[in-house]
Amino acid sequence: MRRGWFLPIVATFGFCFLYAPIVSLVIFSFNESRLVTVWGGFSTRWYGELLADGQMLAAAWISLKVGVLAASIATVIGTLAAFVLTRFGKFRGKLLLTGMVTAPLVMPEVIIGLSLLLLFVAMELVLGWPAGRGLTTVVIAHATFTSAYVAVIAQSRLRDMDESLEEAARDLGAGPVRVFFDITLPVIAPALVSGWLLAFTLSLDDLVIASFVSGPGASTLPMVIFSKVRLGVSPDVNALATIIIVIVAVAVTIAGLLLMRQSKKTG
Amino acid sequence: MSGADAPRRAGLPLRMLALGLAGLGGAVAVSFLTLNATSALLLSALIGAGLLYFLLSRFMGWSDRWMVIAVPLLWLGIFFLVPFFVLGRISLSETMIARPPYSPLWETDAQGNVEIIASLQNYWFILGDALYRNAYLSSIKIAAISTVFALLLGYPIAYYIARSPEPRRSFLLLLVVLPFWTSFLLRVYAWIGFLRREGVINNTLMWLGVIDEPLVMMQTDFAVYIGIVYTYLPFMILPLYANLVKLDGALLEAASDLGATPMVTFFTVTVPLSLPGVIAGSMLVFIPAIGEYVIPALLGGPDTLMIGRTLWDEFFSARDWPVASAVAIIMLILVVIPMMWLQSVQNRQEEGQ
Amino acid sequence: MTSNPAIAANTRPWRDPAAKPFISIQNVTKRFGDFTAVNDVSLDIYRGELFCLLGGSGCGKSTLLRMLAGFETPTEGKILIDGVDLAGTPPDRRPTNMMFQSYALFPHMSVEKNVAYGLLREGKSKTEAYAHAAEMLKLVKLEKFARRKPHQLSGGQRQRVALARALAKQPKVLLLDEPLGALDKKLREETQFELIRIQETLGVTFIVVTHDQDEAMTLATRIGVMTEGVIEQVGEPREIYETPKSRFVADFIGSVNLFEGRVGPAAPDLMRVETEDLGPVVAPPVAGLTQGQTIWLAMRPERAWLTRERPPESVNCVPGVVQDMGYVGHMSSYMVKLANGRLVRVTQANEGRRDNPISWDEHVHVSFEPADFRVLTE
Repeated sequence: MRRGWFLPIVATFGFCFLYAPIVSLVIFSFNESRLVTVWGGFSTRWYGELLADGQMLAAAWISLKVGVLAASIATVIGTLAAFVLTRFGKFRGKLLLTGMVTAPLVMPEVIIGLSLLLLFVAMELVLGWPAGRGLTTVVIAHATFTSAYVAVIAQSRLRDMDESLEEAARDLGAGPVRVFFDITLPVIAPALVSGWLLAFTLSLDDLVIASFVSGPGASTLPMVIFSKVRLGVSPDVNALATIIIVIVAVAVTIAGLLLMRQSKKTG
Repeated sequence: MSGADAPRRAGLPLRMLALGLAGLGGAVAVSFLTLNATSALLLSALIGAGLLYFLLSRFMGWSDRWMVIAVPLLWLGIFFLVPFFVLGRISLSETMIARPPYSPLWETDAQGNVEIIASLQNYWFILGDALYRNAYLSSIKIAAISTVFALLLGYPIAYYIARSPEPRRSFLLLLVVLPFWTSFLLRVYAWIGFLRREGVINNTLMWLGVIDEPLVMMQTDFAVYIGIVYTYLPFMILPLYANLVKLDGALLEAASDLGATPMVTFFTVTVPLSLPGVIAGSMLVFIPAIGEYVIPALLGGPDTLMIGRTLWDEFFSARDWPVASAVAIIMLILVVIPMMWLQSVQNRQEEGQ
Repeated sequence: MTSNPAIAANTRPWRDPAAKPFISIQNVTKRFGDFTAVNDVSLDIYRGELFCLLGGSGCGKSTLLRMLAGFETPTEGKILIDGVDLAGTPPDRRPTNMMFQSYALFPHMSVEKNVAYGLLREGKSKTEAYAHAAEMLKLVKLEKFARRKPHQLSGGQRQRVALARALAKQPKVLLLDEPLGALDKKLREETQFELIRIQETLGVTFIVVTHDQDEAMTLATRIGVMTEGVIEQVGEPREIYETPKSRFVADFIGSVNLFEGRVGPAAPDLMRVETEDLGPVVAPPVAGLTQGQTIWLAMRPERAWLTRERPPESVNCVPGVVQDMGYVGHMSSYMVKLANGRLVRVTQANEGRRDNPISWDEHVHVSFEPADFRVLTE
C-alpha cells in the first residue's frame, strides 16, 4: 500500500462521512426534545408516536405490499431477460432488450415516473384499464424499473456459472425446460434472492416514481415521509429511520454470513 | 434399455405441472386480494393465455424460445419503451382544461377538414426561456461537480478496500453497501438535521467556539453537492472497487522493479488501468444526478435550479402536462448521449475479457 | 490385455473391409463465422473401440466431439450412429453420453443423485434409478461416498463420479473430453488402466479427446491425429508411430529427425536420396516418386546408432560431435552436431555395462539403416 498514512485517513474520513448522518438519526430518535438537534434527554416517546400514527402505518403496509409484489414480478422478468440475453445467442430484438434492461439503471426517475403516468392515463382512455392510479400502477411501475437491477445481478451470475453443468444435464436426457428448473435455477438461486431483496429495497425506497403513478388511497411510505419532511424536521421520522436501519443491519449481516457459507458449496 | 429409445411424452411430468399450477393459482389469489378486480382478472387472463400456449407448444412441438424471449420483451416494451412514445406525443400537444389535460394531435371539423394541432411550440418555448435553459445547464454543472467530488472521495476509498487483505476487505465492502440498503430519503433527511441553522454542524462549531454566527448551509448549492455526493457515493465506489480488485499486483511490482516511484506507478499504471471503472462509476453518478429531484427539493434553495425539480413543479404545480413532457424529452436527449457512451465503453470492456 | 476375444481391441474390425462402422462421420465441416474449426472430416469408428482424437489446442477435436454429443450442429456433412442420421436430434435424445473436462457435477445434488439423474430422466422409478446408481458407484469404487456432495470429494473422486454418471445410462457411445487432464501424473497412469478395464468390461464404444500423446498411445485401439480442423492420419498406435504418413504426424508423436532431400535416379531395390544434412543416403524404394521430387525422410532417434569409428557395414553414415547428452537411467539421449551444424537426436538403450560410454564433445559416427527411414511426401 503506497503512502501508509494517506489512504487509511481518507478511508476513515469517507466512512465517517457515510455514517455520521445515519448515527445522528439514531441518536436523535431517542431525544426527548422536539428540536431534533438539541439534546433534551433520553426518551422513546417518538417510537410511541410513530406506532400510533395511523397514516404512517397504513403507508408502511401499502409499501410492503407493493414491495413484495413488485420485487416478485421484477425477479421473474429480470431473470428471464438475463437468461435470454446470456444463453440464447443472437436473436431478433436482442439489442432492444439489452437497451431496455440497462437503461433504467441510469435513467433519471422523473422521466420514468412521468412517462409511465402518461402511459397509464392513455391506457385508461383507450382500454379502460388501469382504472385510475393506485396500487396496481405503482406495482407495475416498480416492477418495471427494478427488473433491470435483477437482470444485472442475474446476468453476472449466469455468466460466471459453469455452462457445462447445463450441457451435462441435457446430455443425460433433460429437455431445455427441465435443465432450467433442475440445474440453472438452483445454481443461480442466491443471486436471485439478492436480486429480489434489491428490488424490494428499491421499491420500498422509491419516492419520485411512486409520486407520479400513485393515486388516492395508495400513498406509499416515502410519499408520507416526504410530505412530513418538507415542512421541517420531525422526530418520529428519526424513529422510523432507526427501526429501518436496525432491520437492514441485521439482515445484511445474516445475508453476509449465509453468502460466505454458500460460496463454498456451489460452483 | 437406453433412454434415447424411450418415447418423448407430450407434456411435462405430472408433479411439475401440479406444482406450477399451484404456484400460479397462488399468484392469482394474491393478486385478487391485493389488486383491484379488473387488474386481477387481466393478470389471470394473461397467465391463462401463457399456460395455454405452453401446453399447446408441448403437443405441437413449437419452439419455446420465442415464448421465453417474449415475456421480458413485451413487459419492458410496453411499460418502459412505449411510455417514451406517449411522452413524445404529448409533448406535441397544448395544455387544455380537460381530462386528460392535453389536446389531441389533430381535429376534423364538420366539413371533414383536418387541422393539425400538434406542434413543437412547447420546445420553442422551453428553449427560448432563460429559466429552462439555465435549469438544464445548471443541472449538468451541478451533476458534473458532484461527480468530480464523488470521484475524489470515492477513488481512495475504493483503492484502500481493494488493497486490503481479506477479512477486512469484505467487512469494509459491507460497510460501504449497508447505507445503500437503508432508505435514501431518510439519509437525505438526516442531512437536513446536520446543515440547518440549528443543526448538528452549526451547534458543534459554535460550541467549539470556531464560529459565532451559524453558517448558512441549508438551501444552497453547497448542500445539494453534499447531498448528491453522499447519496451516490456507493455507486462510485463499487464499480471502482470491482475494477481495482482485479488489478494484478504483479504489474505494480514490475513497475517498481523498473524504477518507478509509488507516485509514478500510481499515475502511469494504476490510473490508466482503472479507467473503465472510473467511467462506469462516474456515469452511474452523473447521469441520474442530472435529473435528481429529492435532493434539490429538500436541501436546495429557490435559486438551486435543477431540471428534475423544474419538471416536477411544471407537472404537479402548474399542471402543464405537455410542457412537462417536452422538458422530459429534452432531458432524455441530454441523458441518452452519456448513456450510449457508457454502454459502448462497457461493451468494449466485455469484449476485451 | 484381457482374455475376452470378442472386444474390438482384439478383433480389430477396422481391418476387415466388410465390417460396418458403428459411428460414421461423413464430410463434416463446422464453421464459426470466418473461422473453420472442422474442415471436411470423414471418419469411421467401429463398435467397441476406444478411439482417441489426438491433437494440440485449437485443432478442432473438441468441436468434433461436441458435434457428436449434439452441442454443435455441423455446418455441412452428416453424422450417423448405428445407421441413424443424428441431424436435428438434440443432445438429450442422442444415444451418446459425455464425460466433461470439468466433470460438471451438479453441485447442489449428492453423488448418488448425480449418477441417478440420467436414469430419472429416462423415466425410471426412484428406487430403480438409485439402485442402478449404487451399482455404478460400486464399479468406480465410490459406494461409500453416495450421500456426499461434489465439493466434499477430491479431484480423482469427482472424476470417477463423472464417469459413473456418464455410464449409468449404458449409452451406445461414451464421449470423453480430456478425461485425465486435471489429474496428477501417478493418478493419471492408474486411471488410464481403469478406463481400459471398464471399457472392455462394458463393451461401450469410447471416443476420447486428448492432447497427451502418451495417453492416446496407452488407451487407444486407434488414434486419429488432428490438426487445424483436419484429420491427418488414423491408425493403430503402432502404425501411427512407426509409419506416419506426414511430417506433422511424425513430429507430433514421439520425437523424430526429419531430413529434407531430393529423389535420385531410379533403382530396383533401393532409392537414392540427396539430402542437405546427410549427403547422399540410401532409403527403401517407394513407388510413385519422380526423380528430383522433394521428399522428407523421418528417422526415430532410437533407430539410429552411434559409434566412435565408422562402422564398415553401415550404408548411411555421417560424422558429428556430441553436443549434448542426457542420461535417463534406462537410456541415454544424445544431440549430435553434424558438419553443417544440423543437430540430430539419437537415443541408445543403456544395456549391460558400458566401460567407456560415449560422452560430450566426442567425435562420433551416426549410422542409419535404410529400412528405418520413413519416406514422407507431405
